[in-house]
Amino acid sequence: MKKIEAYLRPNCIGDVINSLHEIGIEGISLTEIKGYGQQKGHVEHYRGAEYTINLLPKIKIELFIKDTQVSSAIKAITKAAQTGEIGDGKIFISPVEEGIRIRTGETGETVI
Amino acid sequence: MSNYFNNRHIGSWLLISLILVLLITSTAFAANDPNGSATLKQDPNSAVNYIWVLICGAMVIFMMTGFAMVETGFTRARHANNTMMMNLMVWAVGGLAFYFIGFGLMFGGVGGMFGSLDKLLTIKMFGHSWGLLGAKGFGLGNSVYDVSIFLLFFFQVGFLDTALTIPSGAMAERIKFSTYLVYTFIAGAFIYPLFGNWVWGGGWLSQLGQIGLGQGFKDFAGSSAVHAVGGTMALASAIVLGPRIGKYIKGKPVAIPGHDLGMGVLGTMLLIFCWFGFNCGSTFAATDLRFTVVAVNTLLAGCVGGMAAMIYMCFSSGKPDTSMSCNGILAGLVAITAPCAYVPTWAAVLIGGIAGILVCYSVYFVENRLKIDDPVGAVSVHGVNGLWGTIALGLFADGTYGNVKGLFFGGGFGQLGAQLIGALTLIIVIFSLSYLLFKLLDRTIGMRVSAEEELTGLDVPVHGAVCYPEFSISSSLSITTNNTTIPNSITIEKSKN
Repeated sequence: MKKIEAYLRPNCIGDVINSLHEIGIEGISLTEIKGYGQQKGHVEHYRGAEYTINLLPKIKIELFIKDTQVSSAIKAITKAAQTGEIGDGKIFISPVEEGIRIRTGETGETVI
Repeated sequence: MSNYFNNRHIGSWLLISLILVLLITSTAFAANDPNGSATLKQDPNSAVNYIWVLICGAMVIFMMTGFAMVETGFTRARHANNTMMMNLMVWAVGGLAFYFIGFGLMFGGVGGMFGSLDKLLTIKMFGHSWGLLGAKGFGLGNSVYDVSIFLLFFFQVGFLDTALTIPSGAMAERIKFSTYLVYTFIAGAFIYPLFGNWVWGGGWLSQLGQIGLGQGFKDFAGSSAVHAVGGTMALASAIVLGPRIGKYIKGKPVAIPGHDLGMGVLGTMLLIFCWFGFNCGSTFAATDLRFTVVAVNTLLAGCVGGMAAMIYMCFSSGKPDTSMSCNGILAGLVAITAPCAYVPTWAAVLIGGIAGILVCYSVYFVENRLKIDDPVGAVSVHGVNGLWGTIALGLFADGTYGNVKGLFFGGGFGQLGAQLIGALTLIIVIFSLSYLLFKLLDRTIGMRVSAEEELTGLDVPVHGAVCYPEFSISSSLSITTNNTTIPNSITIEKSKN
């Protein structure tokens, strides 16, 4: 069992969900977040005075998948979220020790 | 808590003095027409004229909606409740100040069609008598119980509110609410009516014609008496208050973007609508069809002002800045307010265009050179352009209305001279009086909120509730300059059940 965290552009989230659906991944959690990366935001003007927008709005999705689904999930997210420009985001994968369905108490990959 | 005790003392003190004023007010009867039938009989046109002034007056009062939206939209969410409340209560307190004291001082001697307003305190100089202040009509007592006078009061109260609400934009996010209300009362009772009397109440500026200066100082709808007075008071208040925490870092101004530019734009649109009541209603008669010229000139100056500011901002900072485009439109409208009845359309276009550029320069100058923090640009929009409009009248008046001729239409320097004297008088008198008032308030009850209240937002400490309780408000930016970071975000948690 693996956990995927992906930091994405807010406007691509509909495509990402659709393409995950297509490969049979059936549940995600989504959080609206703000953050900055290597570029540390950008300079704008308000009433002629400069200011830096250094926290940009992003979407974080979290999903738990079977080990066999990892490469197809990465392909699905990348296909939907890639523009080739700076700011497309990142995907992180980590192992998951255990999962438990609260309603029934069952454990293992079947809870996904 | 001492805040609120202070408030109570001031309140009772004001109440006692108002009752005294009412008692002193003369109660003698004059030839008044309290039910309006005699007025209507004498002039059947008065029906249409009165309804015209009433509707325009209501539009002027509605301008407070526009001001509230512009000022709140262009400032931060954590102070939104407070900024709204200032714009709301200025109407209530200012209206009462005008009723008890201000109206009598301003229009007590206006005479003319307001027959029983006949007490003007005058001074003899240079072989002429000059009006200084009115002295009748306090509390609209029996001596002025007349439909025409009540119409004048209703129409003028909106202008007063407009002038008084202008400084609230310059004081936003850091003024003590109780002090703001005291300022509102004193300025509405004494400062605004003083200059108002000299321009519109039969006072000495309007009489400058008797020493050959054109037709005397002219201000059709209030570039000077309303906007420049408000803008000048705004300047004095912002100087005494000092900049918001975080506005200047190592002497460099930092942009503090407003929280709802959309609301600011809608407020500007509302102001545009109401401005037609402001200017056209100042004919004070529906039968004076000159209001068509007034309407077109007002419209043109607003259009050009907005265009000029937007284009200027595109060149100076790369993008069409929304709030400065709003300021540009308002600047054009402010500048045309005095000359709107007197100038040809090409002059209205020119006046508006210059106003649009002037407001951008002025915002930059006030913020970067004078280092005065004026969050919404009140000084530049209303002060600078109010004065520009006042002077422009002396340049472009074409003589087709009231025989007012400017420099470029064969009027010589007479009318221009009157306008310059008026503008100079305004700057000197209104600035020194309001600076004195704000300094006095600062020394006594204090002008500024505590740093803690300012940083967390005035909504809860002052009014007990935030403006947006069900939203998590966190700004997308924090301000960074030279390794100093000021967090520009707060999170308001939902209250527990």
